[in-house]
Amino acid sequence: MKLSIPRFWRERASHYRLVGSRCKSCGKISYPPKPVCPYCGHRETEEVELPRRGRVLSYTVIYTVPDGFRKYAPLILGLVELENGVRVVAPLTDVMPHEVRTGMKVEAVLRRVQEDGEHGVIYYGVKFRPSMEY
Amino acid sequence: MTRPESKTGIVGWGAYVPRYRLKAEEVVRVWGFEKSMPQNLFIIEKAVGGPDEDALTIGWEAARNALMRAQVDPAEIKAVFFGTESKPYAVKPSATVIAEALGITPVTMASDLEFACRAGSEGLRASIGLVSSGMMKYAMAIGSDTAQANPGDVLEFTASSGAAAFIVGPREESVAYFEGSYTYVTDTPDFWRRGLSPYPLHGEGFTGEPAYFHHIISAVKGLFEELGLGPEDFDYAVFHQPNGKFPLRVGKKLGFPKEKVMPGLVTPWIGNTYNGSAFIGLAKVLDQARPGQRILVAPFGSGAGSDAYSLVVTDKIEEKKPLAPTVEDYIRRKIYIDYSLYSRFRGIIRRITA
Ligand SMILES: [Zn+2]
Repeated sequence: MKLSIPRFWRERASHYRLVGSRCKSCGKISYPPKPVCPYCGHRETEEVELPRRGRVLSYTVIYTVPDGFRKYAPLILGLVELENGVRVVAPLTDVMPHEVRTGMKVEAVLRRVQEDGEHGVIYYGVKFRPSMEY
Repeated sequence: MTRPESKTGIVGWGAYVPRYRLKAEEVVRVWGFEKSMPQNLFIIEKAVGGPDEDALTIGWEAARNALMRAQVDPAEIKAVFFGTESKPYAVKPSATVIAEALGITPVTMASDLEFACRAGSEGLRASIGLVSSGMMKYAMAIGSDTAQANPGDVLEFTASSGAAAFIVGPREESVAYFEGSYTYVTDTPDFWRRGLSPYPLHGEGFTGEPAYFHHIISAVKGLFEELGLGPEDFDYAVFHQPNGKFPLRVGKKLGFPKEKVMPGLVTPWIGNTYNGSAFIGLAKVLDQARPGQRILVAPFGSGAGSDAYSLVVTDKIEEKKPLAPTVEDYIRRKIYIDYSLYSRFRGIIRRITA
């Protein structure tokens, strides 16, 4: 499963910083960012940085992983509702399958997402881990 | 004479330690060491980065915490120095990814520095120079590592993962300002890793006295002389921490009682985070320091060199403390793994791909 380096590079703001798009007509926010609003079809959107904290609405544990992902297995994919209500699908990290639960408070961190073998590019991106309380 | 350093200070600090821990007794069990080994090194357990963590991601979280405390516009940071000896790429800077992810790019300096465990400290001294000269308002120095150790080597008890970062800015905005700094380096073959070697080697007979002790003591004494200060003038002393014993011993040689070294000692509970080592110690001291207190910090890097800094805490520190997790928060957040998971997480088990 190879990612496109140019595409990842173009989208790095959303991968690195949780940047989404806000529709200039209806005001709804999408993540990942979209050039056309998926809610009303308006063609003007602006970039907006999303809150880093939220909670897990649902999750799934993937034991049969694609090529190159065995080192991260099992993968836990979460549906996270951010503090502003925006929903994001992203990997969960720093949590074992027996620890994860719905309602869990999580925060966005930057982690390795995938790499092109031993010699290729390393892709970094947003994952969610149980929130640090302080 | 006003020293240029005194125009600058730390405006934000942050640390990060991964949550996985390997007990020293696991290394004893797997590699057949004497049971007394952990006690001799004063190491209880060490932090291990997860499978999706590397020096870049670990450094990112420390830098993010420093930024949360500094509360400055990221675009005003005009230099990002990333000190590490475990960079994910041999060629392709980690500093640019971190700068991009924190909104610091594009008008900034960014580079990865190498000097064993004191590269981040070289970045800190450079930051002081750039800020005090007026070239920029803020600069950031990060020390981060996922330290490698040859499996079964005595280094494996301590080599661990962690980071700390400091944003240097004008003294008036600082939580602690610099009074002075002093660097002492020589060519010493105490520890090295060749370009394609997966693990470092150490030169027996060079690691203790001629390297660690000689360089730290020379840097600290040089600083004392320049500033007209002595151990009695400091409330805390933080040194590089290859194990739990060395910092206490070097402190004693310099005239510091144990009580001034212990607050910044982290290696017994998280291991030696290499570039993060003295930096995390300083972050932990800032987490608890009171206005008016004076801090000595002396990182060390093999090869070899040491920097000594004197810092005075200001009353701005109290409002900054709660803005990010403390070192203690990260030390307490832990889950134990065995040697098998540790081997997998740190890439000691090699898989091949078709
Ligand atoms: Zn719309």
